Amino acid sequence: MDTVGGQVNGAVLTAQVRKERRDSAAPFVLDISLEIPSGITILFGPSGAGKSTLLDCLAGLVQPDAARIAIGGEVLFDSSSRTNLPSQKRRIAYVFQSLALFPHLNVEDNVTYGLTHLQQQERRARAREVLAAFRVENLKSRQPGEISGGEKQRVALARSLVTLPRLLLLDEPLTGLDAELKAAIVADLRAWNAAQRIPILYVTHSRDEVDALGERVIAMDHGRIVSAGTPQEVLEAPRRKRLAQAAGFENFLRGTVMDVREADGVMRVRLEASACEIEVPLGYASAGSRAQIAIRAGDILLATEPPRGLSARNVLAGRIVSLDQRGTLVVARVDCGVVFTVHVTPGAARALALALEQKVWLVLKTHSCHLVDD
Amino acid sequence: MEALLLSIELAACVSAILLLCGIPLAYWLANSQWRGKFLLESVVALPLVLPPTVLGFYMLLAMGPRGPLGKLWQALFGRGLAFTFAGLVIASVIYSLPFAVQPLIAAFESVDRKLLDASAVLGAGRLRTFWRVILPLSVPGVVTAAVLSFAHTLGEFGVVLMVGGNLRGITRTVSIDIYDHVQSLEYSEASRLALALLGFSFVVLAIVYGVNRQLGRHAGRRLWTLWAAR
Repeated sequence: MDTVGGQVNGAVLTAQVRKERRDSAAPFVLDISLEIPSGITILFGPSGAGKSTLLDCLAGLVQPDAARIAIGGEVLFDSSSRTNLPSQKRRIAYVFQSLALFPHLNVEDNVTYGLTHLQQQERRARAREVLAAFRVENLKSRQPGEISGGEKQRVALARSLVTLPRLLLLDEPLTGLDAELKAAIVADLRAWNAAQRIPILYVTHSRDEVDALGERVIAMDHGRIVSAGTPQEVLEAPRRKRLAQAAGFENFLRGTVMDVREADGVMRVRLEASACEIEVPLGYASAGSRAQIAIRAGDILLATEPPRGLSARNVLAGRIVSLDQRGTLVVARVDCGVVFTVHVTPGAARALALALEQKVWLVLKTHSCHLVDD
Repeated sequence: MEALLLSIELAACVSAILLLCGIPLAYWLANSQWRGKFLLESVVALPLVLPPTVLGFYMLLAMGPRGPLGKLWQALFGRGLAFTFAGLVIASVIYSLPFAVQPLIAAFESVDRKLLDASAVLGAGRLRTFWRVILPLSVPGVVTAAVLSFAHTLGEFGVVLMVGGNLRGITRTVSIDIYDHVQSLEYSEASRLALALLGFSFVVLAIVYGVNRQLGRHAGRRLWTLWAAR
């Protein structure tokens, strides 16, 4: 089908996909129903959640056990009517994490690869146009092995979009780039899609990317959708522990609810195997019930003297049991009866002269303590 | 020298035929999900294990006037197959089959699957994917297959003796000729031929490995560029 009319542009992807995976290290059942309008939708979840399997099913590279996949009015796969359009006829663009540029073809030949149905002159013109849109026109006679990572990512996008697909699948295509470069590439992608208006499904397991890109986020775990909405809605109140881990919660604490103070909007929780008590936001729990709390390492304040005059309700004394510099981050582990992971900047670590075995105080804001379901 | 030229001609024919038949066969073996595939794999590998005389014996029976191949050949061309150059070519193709097919399978299997997926989502069917992605990236494997089958045919003795006999200018290859001379105690003749074969083989291999090394990891790309620019 060669029409690229208004009917195809702006079309919505609807998919119900079921696929069982037993072969992989983490077997699961992918069971998902989605409706993706034009524009960027983020598919977010920990690795092994089934994101790539879903993309492979949509692109026709993996055959689902049962599914119905349609874009606009056209059905690409329907197990009930035994419709199964092969990959090469689906007109779905797919950029893999590995990018999969053809190493033996130069940039221009990579980009024109999907345009065999056109005259050579037309092919060249289309390639020039899309390479210009992604600012890599000057690289067209280079080999993929001779260009940088960010350039490769731009070429891979250009190659998949030059065919005027009706759906774009991106499987962590921008990993390994710094935030600025990432934002620039995404801006070019958005500009390109302002005219094409196709649905773009962007897979990532990075919380930062969700914050930077997403207007719509679908969170997946264990082959299912666990929540959907804006990045705020999906990331700030994770409902399941595994998702919370992916969303950047380093601390998971189990405890018992001691009392519930409805009027204050808080409850006190005694942490398991310690005498620590912390105050957390009110949740569906009653005194005596068990609770699990997630706290980001970056949300914990660290003080070398007992803090005073704070609004924060939770101050815990402890000592540093490990200090580890990872890039621009110092990871401290602090034993307060329970061991907390705390992130501080290298500058702060120097200013406070943090050292092993040092006595410190941790400050936790009540609303940085998130209740998660078991 | 007649024998040496005959050997080279035989080896060239055999490698050409092996590439033509071996490429589709290797592609199928590399990609098929068929359960009985292992049976065909074993058949292809048999010449590695069997003594050449055993293989030659069966080929001789098949090519004889009452063998299936011999009868077919008689019906098609009106003459026999045993003790002819054509018969020698057929027997050598079977004998060298694994030397062509194994490197081709290895080359095809080493092509990154993601490239094949990328080709498919870009609208290419299997044939186009094969021509434009798999084959160009497998050029070192194709070269290896051609060199191995050429070299293996050049050096064969047992199969030739069984199937071809020893007819001057028709089936007397260089290895047979050397054996004959040694049997007749013509050591200087034998050593002249042996030296010529040694020199020729070394030069061919040196050229191929040298060229392959020059092309290096970009073998596929360079040869492909030359081919595409024709």
